[in-house]
Amino acid sequence: MSNPKYKWIGTRPDRPDGADKVTGRARFAADFNLAGQLIGKVLRSPHAHARIKSIDTSKALALPGVKAVVTSKDFPEQADLTVPAGEMQVNLRDVTRNIMAREKVLYEGHAVAAVAATTEAIAKQALSLIKVDYQILPHVIDVAEAMKPGAPVLHDHLMTEGAKPPATKPSNIAKRIEFAKGDTKAGFAKAEVIIERSFTTQAVHQGYIEPHAALASASEDGQVQIWSTTQGHFQVRGFCARLLNLETSQIRVTPSEIGGGFGGTTVVYLEPLAVRLSQKSGKPVKMTMSREDVFRASGPAPGGNVHVKIGAMKDGRIVAGECTVEMQAGAFPGSPVGPACMCSFACYDIDNVFIVGFDVVSNRPKVAAYRAPGAPISSFAVESTIDMLCQQLNMDPIDLRLKNAATKGTKTAYGVTFGVIGMVETLQAAKDSPHYKTPVKPGFARGVAAGFWFNVGADSSAAAHVGEDGTVTVISGNPDIGGSRASLALMAAEELGVDYDKIRPVIADTASIGFNFVTGGSRVTFATGLAVVNSVRDLIRDLKGRAAKTWGVDPEGVIWENGMAKPAGSNVGTFEPLTIAQLAATAGKTGGPINGHAQLNVTGAGPGFGVHVCDLAVDADTGIVTVGRYTAAQDVGTAIHPSYVEGQLQGGAVQGIGWALNEEYIYNAQGRLANPGFLDYRIPVASDLPMIETVLVEVPNPTHPYGVRGVGEVPIIPPLATVANAVARATGLRMLDLPLSPPKLSAALDAPRPLMAAE
Amino acid sequence: MAKIHVTTTINGAPTEFLCDPSQTLLDVLRDQLGLTGSKEGCGSGDCGACSVTVDGRLVCSCLVLAPETEGAKVETIEGMAKGDKLHPLQKKFVEMAALQCGICTPGFLIASRALLERNNNPTETEIRYWLAGNLCRCTGYDKIIHAVMQVAAEMRESAK
Amino acid sequence: MTDIQFKVAKTVREAASLMAAAKGKGRILAGGTDLLVQMKAGMVTPGTIIDVKKIPEMVSITETKGSYRIGAATPAAVIGEHKKLRKAWPGVVEAINLIGSTQVQGRASAGGTLCNASPAADSVPALVAAGAIVTIQGPKTRRTVPVEKFNTGPGKTILKAGEIVVSLTLPARPKTSGDAYLRLIPRTEMDIAVVGVGVSLTMKGDTCVSARVGLGAVAPTVLLVEAAAKALTGSKLDAKALDAAANACSAACRPIDDKRGTIRYRTKIAGVLLRRATAIAADRAKGISRPAHSQQGH
Ligand SMILES: Cc1cc2nc3c(=O)[nH]c(=O)nc-3n(C[C@H](O)[C@H](O)[C@H](O)COP(=O)(O)OP(=O)(O)OC[C@H]3O[C@@H](n4cnc5c(N)ncnc54)[C@H](O)[C@@H]3O)c2cc1C
Ligand code: FES
Ligand code: FES
Repeated sequence: MSNPKYKWIGTRPDRPDGADKVTGRARFAADFNLAGQLIGKVLRSPHAHARIKSIDTSKALALPGVKAVVTSKDFPEQADLTVPAGEMQVNLRDVTRNIMAREKVLYEGHAVAAVAATTEAIAKQALSLIKVDYQILPHVIDVAEAMKPGAPVLHDHLMTEGAKPPATKPSNIAKRIEFAKGDTKAGFAKAEVIIERSFTTQAVHQGYIEPHAALASASEDGQVQIWSTTQGHFQVRGFCARLLNLETSQIRVTPSEIGGGFGGTTVVYLEPLAVRLSQKSGKPVKMTMSREDVFRASGPAPGGNVHVKIGAMKDGRIVAGECTVEMQAGAFPGSPVGPACMCSFACYDIDNVFIVGFDVVSNRPKVAAYRAPGAPISSFAVESTIDMLCQQLNMDPIDLRLKNAATKGTKTAYGVTFGVIGMVETLQAAKDSPHYKTPVKPGFARGVAAGFWFNVGADSSAAAHVGEDGTVTVISGNPDIGGSRASLALMAAEELGVDYDKIRPVIADTASIGFNFVTGGSRVTFATGLAVVNSVRDLIRDLKGRAAKTWGVDPEGVIWENGMAKPAGSNVGTFEPLTIAQLAATAGKTGGPINGHAQLNVTGAGPGFGVHVCDLAVDADTGIVTVGRYTAAQDVGTAIHPSYVEGQLQGGAVQGIGWALNEEYIYNAQGRLANPGFLDYRIPVASDLPMIETVLVEVPNPTHPYGVRGVGEVPIIPPLATVANAVARATGLRMLDLPLSPPKLSAALDAPRPLMAAE
Repeated sequence: MAKIHVTTTINGAPTEFLCDPSQTLLDVLRDQLGLTGSKEGCGSGDCGACSVTVDGRLVCSCLVLAPETEGAKVETIEGMAKGDKLHPLQKKFVEMAALQCGICTPGFLIASRALLERNNNPTETEIRYWLAGNLCRCTGYDKIIHAVMQVAAEMRESAK
Repeated sequence: MTDIQFKVAKTVREAASLMAAAKGKGRILAGGTDLLVQMKAGMVTPGTIIDVKKIPEMVSITETKGSYRIGAATPAAVIGEHKKLRKAWPGVVEAINLIGSTQVQGRASAGGTLCNASPAADSVPALVAAGAIVTIQGPKTRRTVPVEKFNTGPGKTILKAGEIVVSLTLPARPKTSGDAYLRLIPRTEMDIAVVGVGVSLTMKGDTCVSARVGLGAVAPTVLLVEAAAKALTGSKLDAKALDAAANACSAACRPIDDKRGTIRYRTKIAGVLLRRATAIAADRAKGISRPAHSQQGH
């Protein structure tokens, strides 16, 4: 499928970093080493909730080979100030406490001290010599429990923001938010059918295969260099500057290749510790998390409780929707409850909507972003309820959704009115897909669900440099987690009118390009893509100027076509076109190096919609679910490199399938994580899955020169309900709690269920 | 601690190293020999990112003690391309976008090669089970499986 | 840091004396897929690691008069590639081949599983059903014991100081026999069994003339369920016999609730898998082959 409008966009060339990544040459964070480096290790809390009475590090420091030890005393106190961390918000006072516990440990795995030593073995031994005196406190893991009066309170200063009436004493509810449109009372009064259910989901981990790792080197003059695996090296710089009282210009962060992230590496864990240890020891310090550390101490995505009520007319038209979301924030405020609320009903044009959200702390690791943060949780509840409506009204699930689909001009409950969007087109494409048109195989059942995500723009910088031979380097500042180098190079080639392989995309460190917001929110191909396009346009302006100088004409008399400068018309004169190579060869005489650059704050990210279809079978005796066929349809704007767009849909869908079926954080009675490894935290393996079919629906985003929409996040939203809806249709059993693990599903199947027939 | 002297062949080159008795092959490859193409995703045999072959057997190098490789032939991702010529699997993975972040890729390539050396006509199901110990969180496996099937088909074609 | 020694034993006797010399701090290294994980987690800190994979007797498979002797450290992949063994004991071989991934298969051994003594170990229920005999070498003497007597609790075996497992012997059996092993895991691969059932049958026409049933992950050790075997023996594997055998399996369960499964679930699944494994074993006894890759048997 190549796009007839374009030469390069829509083609599938090899990615620029392909050879490095198939030969083992590509360097991920743990692959960086410096001569004389020390190994840093973190001592973590064995308790879910405890007051730190004292920490004695003297024995550890005395151990030969130990060069530095840090505790919270080594990090300055921070102001109560909220700053962005990827798509979420964090409070600096909390961030410094999350990287190193201060007064209390708030979850098992919470860092309490770190050491740097000449070998890993010595560092580990040193950890065992640190004596922490804990006063164990009662803990609370579950959100509903944490919200109850009398629950152990994590933070004495935490008063519910937005509470009605205002909060008078501290609790675990950090925030209450509300979104309303129309009058739900009137809507429900009018409704002919009302369905109301409560759903729960469990915390899940992003599950990137590369554990967090960082290497830091601080020199005596206060300069700091960091190499780390991150979705945002500018954020690493920003956080480290704040947390260590440094200036951003003192810190230079080089991003490694990044082994997945999905939102989870938009915050800092190891970097500030490595810097501090390096400052104290005078040596470079390398730190890596074990897989167990990653599960226990890096941000998972939250679980949540969602209550949904939907009112509809008998013809399937939804007239009212209500939704309450209680969401885990982990140990510090800041769950993605906002986006969860906003996305809940955003696929549909509903007159009356009322949504309430609660941000709730409990003794779990602080949550981090995970693909479309929050949205899968509320969407699971809403899309399951809509499926019940379809069953009750005996309507096709796509037809009912078509009847209610948001379109251009639909006003959302959170206030935004949609521009050009592709919900209807995506539903139609799913309906027309080979999968949907094929009858369900005997023994299998089919589920359908939809999902919505805003997508993000934000700050990007880019530069385009012409080399002496006329080839072009395009420089940007977003780590490439899924082929974005290829997409940026394609857009640059298209814009400049040269071959893809004449463009070399490079990802620069924080000192070598202007600021870039994180790789997240599905923003790189969109926003950084726009910066690249603009930097190339700036470059073309420069190139045209050089041609004008060469020909002795006005710059306006030069046009750029097919990679060459040409006279704008015969009145300018007759000149042979000049290629970039020719212009580069004479650059010294026409003004020196030829470069372009651009920086912008991008708005107008086009929202995306996805519709997924799943055929699965349930083994009634064991509760085992087998996914037989799966299709993801999505409104992708313009597919710049279709293979990587498909890859986003496939990867996101499979993460969602894992979330639906087996993934969950399991805590024991002591508040300790019982499954901190890939053996018992069950992400899907190859043999669990069929091929994931994709349907790319191209509804170009009018605010982007090539119509790009973000594509990375939408695909994780629909699978939860898609799978649950298929299970409901396979078994006649509506499962309200994820995951649909075999013991749980089997227990539900075996339980008496008098009401099932009615559903 | 007394170090052990080990003599092996790595990617065809006779190699000697000194290691601790309890050091893993993965640690020696990465930290001592600079062969960082094998990745550590878990250190416990669950992810396959550290896959190598020892005497032709596919194993997790995080679950092999370095001294066990005395006299053995170890093959890692660094030895997969011959000179500047990529192995057909390497080429096909790039061509068919069978990698996104790429951290799992060396492990998948080593494991896939071990499969195709034994069976150049595997079914989709056989490929999926063979690779079940290689976790990929980015791709949903789809394009990886397609790439392996495609290379197998081409191998059969050229064997004709 | 304690000083760890790494030794390569050339003979079974040498391995046993190294074990004895290590005074309780010796650890045999077979595939290492349990040992290395436990060492990394700090659960075990051996004084001496004794690699036994250079001992031919411990890494080979031999057949004498229809009976197979499998070296205790033979990697699962090697066992899976042994065509005759696979034909003779398909259930045992598929049970061993279910352990872990292809990579783990390249290393993991039947002896290692047995000595690791996890109640959830795959292959042990199949070995119990097969009536396997364990050969044990001490510093001075050799002894044998039926496999179901080998484990005494989670992580516990009857091995005495200085003893190691040398091999497992599968007895010869009539041609009209078949065996099968099924386990339940939430995914299709890379999981520890929530329940595992091994069944070995000998048929005469449509009648089952002898049966053995091994049951894993439902009690502190793998169980030999004699009541289930009794229910099958002499029957035509009809619904009544299967019900009785399934119930006997469920009744034998003394499981726990944990992160992998509930008591209720394990108890139920023991019965479900018994029925399915029996069906496969019976087909095999009748010469009908059944495909792999359907561990739950559906
Ligand atoms: C990723 C992964 C997946 C796994 N999946 C499964 C699974 O699906 N099913 C399953 O049952 N298990 C599984 N396991 C566990 C493990 O692979 C098995 O228990 C395996 O069979 C152990 O064999 P080994 O040869 O590797 O044992 P080793 O680790 O070498 O040994 C295990 C223990 O037994 C002792 N030992 C070994 N051999 C002898 C001997 N001959 N005499 C005396 N002592 C001895 C060792 O000292 C050690 O304490 C998995 C492990 C991993 C890492
Ligand atoms: S690092 Fe070896 S399997 Fe994960
Ligand atoms: S490509 Fe990222 S884990 Fe496979």
